[in-house]
Amino acid sequence: MSESSAVPSGVTGATLAKDLRLEWRSKDALNSMLFFSLLVVVVFSFSFDPNAEESRQIAGGLVWVAFLFAAVVALNQTWARELRNHVLDAYRVSPAPANSLFLAKASGNFIFVAVLEILMTPLFIMFYKLRALGPAWQLIPVAALGTWALVVNGTFFAAMSLRTRSREIMLPLLLFPVSIPALLAMVNATTAILTGELSAKFWIVLLSTYDVVFTIACLLLFELVLNAE
Amino acid sequence: MNFLYAAYTATWIIHITYLGTLVRRYHRLSGEIEELKKK
Amino acid sequence: MKRVFPILALLTAVLLSCALYEALVAAPTEQTMGNVQRIFYYHVPSAWTAFLLFFINFVCSIQYLVRPNPVADKLTNWTVIAIGIAACIAAFVIRPLPEGIEPSSVATTGLAIAGFYFLIRKCFSQPRTDALAVVTAEVGVVFCTVVLVTGPLWARPVWGIWWTWDVRLTSTLVLWLIYVSYLMLRRFSTSGQTPVLAAALAVFGALDVPLVYFSIWIFRTQHPQPVIGGGGSIDPRMLHVLLINWLAFLCFAALVCWSRYRLEILQREVEETQALEALLEPRSSR
Repeated sequence: MSESSAVPSGVTGATLAKDLRLEWRSKDALNSMLFFSLLVVVVFSFSFDPNAEESRQIAGGLVWVAFLFAAVVALNQTWARELRNHVLDAYRVSPAPANSLFLAKASGNFIFVAVLEILMTPLFIMFYKLRALGPAWQLIPVAALGTWALVVNGTFFAAMSLRTRSREIMLPLLLFPVSIPALLAMVNATTAILTGELSAKFWIVLLSTYDVVFTIACLLLFELVLNAE
Repeated sequence: MNFLYAAYTATWIIHITYLGTLVRRYHRLSGEIEELKKK
Repeated sequence: MKRVFPILALLTAVLLSCALYEALVAAPTEQTMGNVQRIFYYHVPSAWTAFLLFFINFVCSIQYLVRPNPVADKLTNWTVIAIGIAACIAAFVIRPLPEGIEPSSVATTGLAIAGFYFLIRKCFSQPRTDALAVVTAEVGVVFCTVVLVTGPLWARPVWGIWWTWDVRLTSTLVLWLIYVSYLMLRRFSTSGQTPVLAAALAVFGALDVPLVYFSIWIFRTQHPQPVIGGGGSIDPRMLHVLLINWLAFLCFAALVCWSRYRLEILQREVEETQALEALLEPRSSR
């Protein structure tokens, strides 16, 4: 049972700060994630070696698939750490509202994945000789909204898959189908901006809608997931 | 024309396969019920 | 109740045979596509049946989540009633309606949603709602697989392509993926609260599908794609054959769901008994 009278922002902030501090101190997850992201970029560059013109057409899809895989690995990591130290049981027993925990975890994951994206992007630009023909500043809201879309559902499904066998594979199995509209929007928006041919506005609106709808759904249903078993 | 027959055949193969799995599960369940009854 | 099943089975067999004859022989041959078009009589009814089954799963999932909480339960009831009334009003007030949509179908859909919701609520207790959810998800996936297999088999000879990312195909594929992941969650979950988790996933899936539909619809208006299956008028003789096939498949789906439901209930009883046995055994061995 949650008592919403507990200061939600305080709990969220504290949990988020704790996660970030832990990550900063250990840095092992961050290092392995960085190296993984680098490998992904390099492998993709071998597999698809287009000239500058073609690369603008396909880079949107490639970049977001790479980010998607990096995000999945990151999401698996963050909940695994909670499990190792039986932190989840402590959360369940505490009076802190489940929503605060969810927001904290999702925000932490968001920052984590965003850092990865910021580090991977220059590599992609370099390997694919990318240059945006459309309004490049629009890439920032696209990246932010898209990352939040992946992370909010990813955090929710990661919590769900904690109670399954084959935990690591369940997360992508659950996450990918539900993320398809968001992925579609992200890829098309990025391609539209890079090629400058079409407006990315529709896609940004769609991404925002997706984010709002699923953030609300996650907040409403997370308590059930947390208290399961 | 071949596509037409392929489609209809595929439909029924899918349905019959599923019904087959149901029958198999039912037999297994019957076995478990028998075991429980013996106890 | 016991006698209904064989009667329904016989009726279904008869209907399916009639429908098959109508589809293959009696229906008029289509002008442009030829005989391959007859796949339509299996493809479309399967799709409608699959969507109906998934809709029932969604209703069951909502009920399973909402019923334990009286406030949420009442809220949902009133929301569903409101949807029914709103659909009836909207059907006759909104002008002009989007192309191809009749006022009567909007009203009927709204009333059907409310009808299904309260019918399921009345006939199924809380745990049985969950059993029905599993059943409809499984049978829905089977029918959806049929749709996804017959679709490309129809598209290939007619349009020369196996697949395209148009609205209907992609939405159906996403729906299939979501429900397969739902079934995987059910199978792999070790939690005692699997029904709750699965119900939450079903709600996510239901939120997702309109978004997919809308996003691909936007995509299509920006990039014109080959349209699979026009929304235009249909020859009344073809409509007749289509409806006969749909009725036959609905009866078939009802039979399969009923069998699967009985199997599921039986399985749950067996598991409960086995669990009780396991609890009682150590004591009896003393």
